[in-house]
Amino acid sequence: MQDSLLSLIIFIPSVAAAILALFLRGDDEAAQRNAKWVALAATTLTFVLSIFLYTGFDPANPDFQFVEEREWLLGLQYKMGVDGISILFVLLTTFLMPLVIASCWDVKTRVKDYMIAFLVLETLMIGVFCALDLILFYLFFEAGLIPMFLIIGIWGGKERIYASFKFFLYTLLGSVLMLVAMIYMYLDAGTTDIPTLLSHQFGSENFSLLGIQIMGGAQTLMFLAFFASFAVKMPMWPVHTWLPDAHVQAPTAGSVVLAAILLKMGGYGFLRFSLPMFPVGSEVMGPLVLWLSVIAIVYTSLVALAQHDMKKLIAYSSVAHMGYVTMGIFAVNQQGIDGAIFQMISHGFISGALFLCVGVIYDRMHTREIDAYGGLVNRMPAYALIFMLFTMANVGLPGTSGFIGEFLTLMGIFQKNTWIAMFATTGVILSAAYALWLYRRVVMGDLIKESLKSITDMTGRERAIFAPLVFMTILFGVYPAPILDMIGPSVSALINNYTTAVLDSGIVTHMAGH
Amino acid sequence: METILLFAPLVGALVCGFGWKLIGEQAACVIATGLLFLSAILSWIVFLTFDGTMQQIEILRWIQSGTLDTSWAIRLDRLTAIMLIVITTVSSLVHLYSFGYMAHDENFREGEVYKPRFFAYLSFFTFAMLMLVTADNLVQMFFGWEGVGVASYLLIGFYYRKPSANAAAIKAFVVNRVGDFGFALGIFGLFFLVDSINFSDIFAAAPELAETELSFLWADWNAANLIMVLLFIGAMGKSAQLFLHTWLPDAMEGPTPVSALIHAATMVTAGVFLVCRMSPLLEFAPEAKTLIVILGSLTAFFAATVGLVQNDIKRVIAYSTCSQLGYMFVAAGVGVYSVAMFHLLTHAFFKAMLFLGAGSVIHAMHHEQDMRNYGGLRKKIPYTFWAMMIGTLAITGVGIPLLYVGFPVGFAGFVSKDAIIESAYAADAGGAFWLLVVSALFTSFYSWRLMFMTFYGKPRGDKHTHEHAHESPRTMLAPLAVLAVGAVFSGMVFYKPFFGSFESVEKFFGISGEKHAIVQPYQLSPVGVAYAASEGEGKDDHGARHVGEPGDGAIFMAESNTVLDDAHHVPKWVKFSPFIAMLLGFVTAWFFYIKDTSLPRRLAESQQPLYQFLLNKWYFDELYDVVFVRPAKWIGGFLWRRGDGNVIDGSINGVAMGIVPFFTRLAGRAQSGFMFHYAFAMVIGIVILISWFAIGGSAN
Repeated sequence: MQDSLLSLIIFIPSVAAAILALFLRGDDEAAQRNAKWVALAATTLTFVLSIFLYTGFDPANPDFQFVEEREWLLGLQYKMGVDGISILFVLLTTFLMPLVIASCWDVKTRVKDYMIAFLVLETLMIGVFCALDLILFYLFFEAGLIPMFLIIGIWGGKERIYASFKFFLYTLLGSVLMLVAMIYMYLDAGTTDIPTLLSHQFGSENFSLLGIQIMGGAQTLMFLAFFASFAVKMPMWPVHTWLPDAHVQAPTAGSVVLAAILLKMGGYGFLRFSLPMFPVGSEVMGPLVLWLSVIAIVYTSLVALAQHDMKKLIAYSSVAHMGYVTMGIFAVNQQGIDGAIFQMISHGFISGALFLCVGVIYDRMHTREIDAYGGLVNRMPAYALIFMLFTMANVGLPGTSGFIGEFLTLMGIFQKNTWIAMFATTGVILSAAYALWLYRRVVMGDLIKESLKSITDMTGRERAIFAPLVFMTILFGVYPAPILDMIGPSVSALINNYTTAVLDSGIVTHMAGH
Repeated sequence: METILLFAPLVGALVCGFGWKLIGEQAACVIATGLLFLSAILSWIVFLTFDGTMQQIEILRWIQSGTLDTSWAIRLDRLTAIMLIVITTVSSLVHLYSFGYMAHDENFREGEVYKPRFFAYLSFFTFAMLMLVTADNLVQMFFGWEGVGVASYLLIGFYYRKPSANAAAIKAFVVNRVGDFGFALGIFGLFFLVDSINFSDIFAAAPELAETELSFLWADWNAANLIMVLLFIGAMGKSAQLFLHTWLPDAMEGPTPVSALIHAATMVTAGVFLVCRMSPLLEFAPEAKTLIVILGSLTAFFAATVGLVQNDIKRVIAYSTCSQLGYMFVAAGVGVYSVAMFHLLTHAFFKAMLFLGAGSVIHAMHHEQDMRNYGGLRKKIPYTFWAMMIGTLAITGVGIPLLYVGFPVGFAGFVSKDAIIESAYAADAGGAFWLLVVSALFTSFYSWRLMFMTFYGKPRGDKHTHEHAHESPRTMLAPLAVLAVGAVFSGMVFYKPFFGSFESVEKFFGISGEKHAIVQPYQLSPVGVAYAASEGEGKDDHGARHVGEPGDGAIFMAESNTVLDDAHHVPKWVKFSPFIAMLLGFVTAWFFYIKDTSLPRRLAESQQPLYQFLLNKWYFDELYDVVFVRPAKWIGGFLWRRGDGNVIDGSINGVAMGIVPFFTRLAGRAQSGFMFHYAFAMVIGIVILISWFAIGGSAN
């Protein structure tokens, strides 16, 4: 089993999806229930198997492990594997999917299709994090759009069509450039094998294109091409506007997957492709990315202050938190990148939980307007407690996982540029303001709105969904070692290669502040 | 033992917060209180048996990333030991007091359970505060720092139905975050410079930092100064120093026991503790010290002036706290850290007592807090009156000047506050000295004003309330009695170790006195003009004084720092001046509120602008609203509508915007479900394709 463990983890969900598609007939209540149970069983099994991945992984080894390599059609290869950077994203996905399935237990429309969409999506997401072949990666990366597009477009809110197309076009247009770069990479290196590409040196000599001197040469261009795709996925300012719309229209489970996992593909892409394959390009463009990150943090935090829609507020807060991630990655030091990965994992739990929190009251009141609520603590004490916890985690309170990522990325960037560190640190003030203000308007105060008088506290199912998230958020806040130990060696190898490559190229970029 | 005393409150909080449904409300609260008393007893044992050598107890690994290596660990030295007794003593008494005070709260409806929640928050706060003071590194301290912030947020907003309480809670948290902004940058800077954020490493590197330049933002700065200023910004937030003080008066929205514990005795002193903790580095940062003295003395003065005219009994005491914290910072800033801790200790006793006494008055008066509706309560609530009287005598600094019987004779505040004023003079911080003396006058005035308006004169306000005014239950009076002992004697008892000779202070704080290479910070760095002057006098006597290396002992006083000794040799009039200020304040208050009660109104009317200025707290809230709050909201809205809406969605993806409606129409037509099936078939196709070859491939 050890040799094909990854494939099992990747394909069990889609096998379950196929079973549902082929054998489950009808749309009555029994069929709906069966669909949900099959999906829950499949995702849970996937999670259980991924635990073996965790226990069998040797953190001290920075190379790819659990590698599977097979011939595929047209001379292409099927190659999968994980290293210290990708394994945690696989685990995050397998951990969250059963909770996501459980959270859509009350969905009534086209349940079977809904389950199939999530199961297929899980396969594609895990595939993205495991693929060790460029073409395979691209297939998973792009195909993942489709189920998400459908989830928003079919089960979404009133403006779902607009939002789903905006989501689809934004992400797709970004990817076109990436595809071009990938073709160039294949032509240049003669292979699509990612481990080989990681040790391949792409040209970094300056050349001029249309009269413009391009520092870092081909690497810079390829960096930009990949950047177009990953920046949209993250999303980074100013290509973030699809996200709030997508979130607002997506059903709760869709929002959870989108925020918790899909956004991480951008960050993962930077770490898998941009930094190691185009170190010189990254070094040249790094300052730009850093400034975009810090603009994202301040800008979206301010915008979050002005929101009237709960989901939009949390979506903007997500963009700000992803700003810390890109900032940490492009600080290119141990604390920065450790922090960025940690932030992504932790944001998976926290933003997922926050969207679930919105889902809990949306299911009851069918509105996301902040003004429609107020004083929920009077009738929903358990909900108030959980929402408080995740609000604080979102604010980056020490003791929750939200703190560690934010703290490490800031610590990393301080070593690179104090201006950016200073502006980014203002984010801790703004996040407290918008998060607590949201909490106050929704949960605190007296319960005076007639419509809320009969609202009920969380059900057992809802509590069960939150319990693992609460556990993880606090566990990793108090004892982050399981994550940091896992990523440390791979990150330090990445940084070493990067530094060597940049030094070899002799490129000097000016970064003010130090 | 240290571990038990640290985690007992956390256990209490969990039992109270989650276990009360199983074991009942009362039992849960009793358990939490019991655990707190256990903690307090252990703290006193630790304090009394502590021999001065620093101990480190590691509990668990925490953040480890590259060269950053931090653990959950306890650092036990004299500073920690002092804080332990302050925190656990006041906290356990406040727990006890809360049984009475919170028994029937009118902010909650019949049958609502709020007591376990209250006790859980209190215990959680205590745990976080203990984490703060036992921290072995700056991140753990930051954990405690933010932890107490959350506890404070929760407790200020405890009456969650009141909009004002909710607003105050958020304000407290956000303003504190402004301070944390500086604190965090300071931590990052230290890691950048020292490659560690453990205290021992930082202290060892202190002399080197004094000679290091750090480029930060637009310029190069002296590293020690810059770091200390950044950390001090954190301290300003938590300790409500001028400019970041606005949250503290509003924090009085919380129940009164909270004000006593968090906003008087413990949390707000965390900033002072931080500065004292960092004394090995601060000794090398003369400019930062100057800044601390300036802001400390201005805060002391500012808060005292505002305190003069407030009518809410709790707000008077809140401003008084703010002002006293300023005193402590002045002490730390002039380099007598032991004296800062001394005032912290005595202040914890008498200020907690004043707050709990005020709580007792409020309790008696059916939650009326306006002093204009008090009067003549002396007979109705005699125990409370005497408690408040002792607290007032302590805070105003009543004692016998110039009498010295091995220690000065007077109430706690007399000894510690005068120590600060004398130190300020000895350090040649002339401006600070005069500001503190004037503040002492104001302190005396507003304290006596509070006493006179509350307990003397004729009853004012609602007659019914006055008729039913009653003495508080024993659970509320007992803590007052214990604190009274502290308010009377703590100054005299602890005079020697905190403000005695160098020898006694050094022994107490565990400075070994082994002769190491002599460090002369002020010669290393060319700055430090303000204090260089103080080196002149008294130097000969102490040239042979043994200073350890930075980090040896709980506090560090460089060899050139002789303020502690100079303070004992100040002119007689200096020693006399706070006493005179106190007398003047008392007499004025007596004239205003006993002799001729129409005088205050007449004065207020004739000095309308000044009165309004003070009554509105120098208009800080209004100013901040205009300068920060409203612009932030406006910019947020602007960026959202114009930035995201018009610019980004409008132009950058103008193309996409054109395409989207087109597709939308297309999709509208295909709504029947074809669309879904086509797309779906595509995904399934891709998946099957990959699976097929994956499985097929493995067969080969």
